Amino acid sequence: MKTVRSVFSFLGKIEALPVFAVMLIMYGTFMVFAPDVFMKYRIYMSILQTVTPPLILALGLTFVITAGEIDLSFPAIVALSGFVFAWGYQNLDQELGREWATWASFTLALGAGALAGFINGFLIAKIGVPSIMATLAAQFFWYGVTIVLAGGRSWRLKDIQEDPVWELFVRRIYGIIPQQGRAPIGVPTQALWALGLAIFLWFILNRHKFGEAIMFIGDNPNVAQVMGVNVVATKIRLFTLMGVIAAFAGLILTLQVTVSYPTQGEGMLLLVMAAVFIGGTSIAGGYGAIIGTFFGAFIIISLEPGIVATKVSGYWVQLIEGLVLGASVVLHIIIGEQNIANFSDRIRRWSTPTRLVKTASAQENMRKEQI
Amino acid sequence: MVEKPAALQMVNIEKYFGLVHALRNINIEVGSNEIVGLIGDNGAGKSTLVKILTGVYPPSSGEFYIAGRRVNPRTYSVKRAHEYGIETVYQDKSLGEKQALWRNFFIGRQITYPFGFINVKKEKEIAQEIMLNTIGFRGRGITVNSKVNKLSGGERQGVAIGRAMHFEAELIVLDEPTVALSLKEVRKVLNFVHKIKEGGKACVYITHDMQDVYEVSDRFIIMDRGEIVASIAKADISLKALDEFLLGYSQGLKDKELA
Ligand SMILES: Nc1ncnc2c1ncn2[C@@H]1O[C@H](COP(=O)(O)OP(=O)(O)O)[C@@H](O)[C@H]1O
Ligand SMILES: [Mg+2]
Repeated sequence: MKTVRSVFSFLGKIEALPVFAVMLIMYGTFMVFAPDVFMKYRIYMSILQTVTPPLILALGLTFVITAGEIDLSFPAIVALSGFVFAWGYQNLDQELGREWATWASFTLALGAGALAGFINGFLIAKIGVPSIMATLAAQFFWYGVTIVLAGGRSWRLKDIQEDPVWELFVRRIYGIIPQQGRAPIGVPTQALWALGLAIFLWFILNRHKFGEAIMFIGDNPNVAQVMGVNVVATKIRLFTLMGVIAAFAGLILTLQVTVSYPTQGEGMLLLVMAAVFIGGTSIAGGYGAIIGTFFGAFIIISLEPGIVATKVSGYWVQLIEGLVLGASVVLHIIIGEQNIANFSDRIRRWSTPTRLVKTASAQENMRKEQI
Repeated sequence: MVEKPAALQMVNIEKYFGLVHALRNINIEVGSNEIVGLIGDNGAGKSTLVKILTGVYPPSSGEFYIAGRRVNPRTYSVKRAHEYGIETVYQDKSLGEKQALWRNFFIGRQITYPFGFINVKKEKEIAQEIMLNTIGFRGRGITVNSKVNKLSGGERQGVAIGRAMHFEAELIVLDEPTVALSLKEVRKVLNFVHKIKEGGKACVYITHDMQDVYEVSDRFIIMDRGEIVASIAKADISLKALDEFLLGYSQGLKDKELA
């Protein structure tokens, strides 16, 4: 019993090891059942491209959930930032010139995300609106704003592939991966940005005052407050950060598909939430697994192409996604450190006699005896 | 010898929560080496008073002085209170349950590199130091990396008190620190209050246990429904008399209500 427990607790301490294992098993399975697709580089490059926007969103959402809050508005911020960028790209070049116009649009789009996030944070932290309601309203509102401003139509990014911004964020890098067959295979730059962002955000969550404040707030906001954390300011910053991250994901997505349409990001909400929970972040708040989220995003994104490639009917995709999500959450609960702690605590309590506890009623009796 | 200024002086402090008048015209003084027992029924306003003192809430009106320095309510905060040497141990609100012990020692005043990144190595070293020397945790598998929810109630209070001791408080506030502790653990807390006295510091001790508070305090301040109703030096009253006074007081109030 003891060795089993210590093995479990050891495994539980390596961040995201279970998720990583699940991911390996998944890819292994696909390699066995769909070797013609999953034994080649091409599919992985395509996954790297597809995974980036939801992965970036999931990294941000990990922070929000760690703080014990939720954000439902990020899909709309994806659409909003894509539109702001596309609008600027089409309209600012007369005044600013081509290159500056793209950069200005990029910055404006991030700013729009920051604004939307700040408003979320203000409503939630300052006014006290529950985050699920504030951000639900925000999702409708910002999709609405985007549709109105975009005139309900899509906005093309003509010749964006020649722009340095496109080059910087979503170009394919050739020469790393050996050529298979005719066409050369390039690594999508956006995946490197996602990796860099993941590393940066890991340090912010686990090694920065801001991240520590987020964890304590998610754990217990009253404790955070009496220990000197500025809860209101931290939450406003948190939602603003989420807004900027969502805008960045929207920009990557828009650059990738070279078009902005006002419903961009729809359908991402559940996918991104699934990635966070597969990764092991606690819905109860207080603990966030950035590395887990990273692998979780790969798992949830790869399931569909994987299942389709194994020639199982596409009808099975959602069912299997549901199973994987359910199984990983159960896995986290079973081998999570949290649970090991509770478990060993319980065993200790079972094996020791009840301690004398000075309850209020016991004190009351003692007092009566004295008098 | 120059007389040290009072650790705390509150003048005409009022506190409203919306329509709730939680504190009425509070005037108290805590000497620089005085242990004050703050007594009163639930809802009397003890914790509210503590939270104003420790920078969690601003008062609605009134002023207060810490070690003779006037506190500016606009800039006062938990951080500022820490800088003034005020440490607080709450009944159950002092520690983040799911967080490692080392984080709990330094939350709100982390040791950082530039740009706010935490110096984890240094924090863990000091946390280890506090645990071994100040608190006296030995064995039992508790390390600086342990999560708080693995600890017993007494161990938790040990951590909160160890933290307060480490930061060398001038005034330590203990708000019902012994609720749900075993007798042995309560003894540890009381010994800690004795140490505060010997160390020349001040303390405000809140509890419902009359015996405990009588043992450690120099003076008793009695609160009722947001008001201070009495301040009695220990020399002037026996435990039995204090107990009777309190019982009689609440009895008297009940009679008044009935009448
Ligand atoms: N944050 C708050 N908001 C509204 N009312 C509060 C708040 N904190 C305390 N109160 C009220 O103030 C009064 C005093 O509470 P408290 O200071 O906690 O009493 P005690 O610590 O003596 O039991 C109670 O009526 C309580 O309901
Ligand atoms: Mg109280």
